[in-house]
Amino acid sequence: MMREWLPSRRARETPRNDAALWVKCPKCGEVLYRRDLAASLFVCTRCSYHFRMSAYDRIASIVDGDFTEIASEVLPSDPLQWSDKKSYQTKLKSDAENSGLSESVVCGFATIGRFPVALGVMDFHFRGGTMGRVTGERITRLFEEARRRKVPCIIFAASGGARMEEGMLALMQMAKTTAAVARFMEDGNFFLVVLTDPTTGGVAASFAFQADVIVAESKAMIGFAGRRVIEQTIRQRLPDQFQTAEFLLEKGAIDMVVDRRELKEKLVRLLEYAVREPVSP
Amino acid sequence: MSNNLIVEREKGLVELERRIAELREASAAQPLDMSAEIAGLEERYQAILRELFGSLSPWEKVHMARHPARPTSLDYISRFDRFDELHGDRHYRDDPSIVGGFAFLRSRAVMVIGQQRGRDTRENLRRNFGMPAPEGYRKTSRLARLASRLQLPVVTFVDTKGADPGISSEEHAQSEAIAVCLQTFATARVPIVAAIIGEGGSGGALALAIADHVLMLEHSTYSVASPEGCAAILWSDASKAEEAAARLKLTADDLRRFGVVDEIIVEPLGGAHRNAQDVVTRTLDAVDRSVARLSSLSPEELLDERYEKYRRLGEWQAQSLQPAGTAQ
Ligand SMILES: [Zn+2]
Repeated sequence: MMREWLPSRRARETPRNDAALWVKCPKCGEVLYRRDLAASLFVCTRCSYHFRMSAYDRIASIVDGDFTEIASEVLPSDPLQWSDKKSYQTKLKSDAENSGLSESVVCGFATIGRFPVALGVMDFHFRGGTMGRVTGERITRLFEEARRRKVPCIIFAASGGARMEEGMLALMQMAKTTAAVARFMEDGNFFLVVLTDPTTGGVAASFAFQADVIVAESKAMIGFAGRRVIEQTIRQRLPDQFQTAEFLLEKGAIDMVVDRRELKEKLVRLLEYAVREPVSP
Repeated sequence: MSNNLIVEREKGLVELERRIAELREASAAQPLDMSAEIAGLEERYQAILRELFGSLSPWEKVHMARHPARPTSLDYISRFDRFDELHGDRHYRDDPSIVGGFAFLRSRAVMVIGQQRGRDTRENLRRNFGMPAPEGYRKTSRLARLASRLQLPVVTFVDTKGADPGISSEEHAQSEAIAVCLQTFATARVPIVAAIIGEGGSGGALALAIADHVLMLEHSTYSVASPEGCAAILWSDASKAEEAAARLKLTADDLRRFGVVDEIIVEPLGGAHRNAQDVVTRTLDAVDRSVARLSSLSPEELLDERYEKYRRLGEWQAQSLQPAGTAQ
């Protein structure tokens, strides 16, 4: 059931982007050599624009040594036999092909610095990071297993909210993950979340904002309602910085904004406060 | 001109109702026997009701759930034996789109919390059309925590299009307010009974609906997204809302099959507003029965059962949910 996996090898195998040797920064227009971009953790070397990261690239950038994936055998299905412009099954299939993922989250156990942790990484490239039943199931299993092992849990959030194609069963994952997170935290375990671009809707309004410490990546878009929904409701354009990580920091909703290139170091520092063993700073 | 399908459909009935009432009045004032004529009209009236409302599609239920005359949370709360409203989130302000406080239900002290829309434009503006701001969810969390401490069962009434999507709500961390509400309900050491009485709009509804027993009125809806929002996003075509309503499986029957809802309260022909008195009585009876049953459990048993209930929801095996998917 568990899959041993070497981050360094997997990072090279990430199918997306491999075709493009050169990547243009959407913010400053700089043309970046892909290998340089990967080396800078997908942060523009000129303007610090943070590209959206794939789950396995993210894991490779954070963990030391092996990552042991759990619940990868739990695969999505189509409970409502949904179809809109395309069938849900077609969408699942093409997202899987394009992202190299089977769902919008990858969960497992690893070591960061010298700390064993549970790690859940969401990926916007699979159904916009939306939370379906399997997303909820994998995250729930992660928290249950982390509670058993008494290790901290770190979630990288990236989500457009609950997945509409699975109807209320998707919405109910907010309740299911909440219950698992609550049990984990009640036992005195440490939960840290990193909000990445974008984190909205049902994921923001459940486990993402239940963490002990909330870190956000620089300029990430974070909110409950989508920007367009708000603009349509109030019939005016929102300022550019509205719902950015920096905006949330100012409003008191999150603990800190961190540049991705300094994130790992920051996570290790934070774990040192939460995990008594085997610290010797 | 109403944009509510059901209200439009009721327009002809109003005329018929007036004629029956007039005949009754006339018959009372005169020696003439008009009972046969009255009975004939009433029979026709009932036949039309059956034809118009005998079987409602998911889209028609969406409109029924939004009917302006549909009983609101306060219509239920006012039928409790006593109610002492508590206000405010203790941080910023009181949100009138959520009403809550101490109450007695059939001689049992409880905490009652409901989402409250307005009956007219003025009240809707004051209550933000029943769309709670973070302050409303923080008031809810506060009252649920208080109930947990005082060992009072929590009764909630769910009726919202969704959480407020505004600038101030984002500035005051709507996500956090809802996330904490969910956490509070998931861990409250007292029985929780929720009743979906109108619209159950997404996370903003779920925030009051993690419960040991979930009741739902026959023509209420409970959905991951509004059919209009879903159509706009997935079809890029708002006119597909009716199809989205059918696909979303947002009716009480569908949700009972999925295990999202535990019990359905049957509505009179034509909807709850046609006999609100009766619907409220039967709903409160059902709430009372559930609270009584749940009150015999220890806090540990309650929490374990609640955990298992939500743990099972949306099991991932395809075959476990196939029957529900094939309905419709
Ligand atoms: Zn750039």
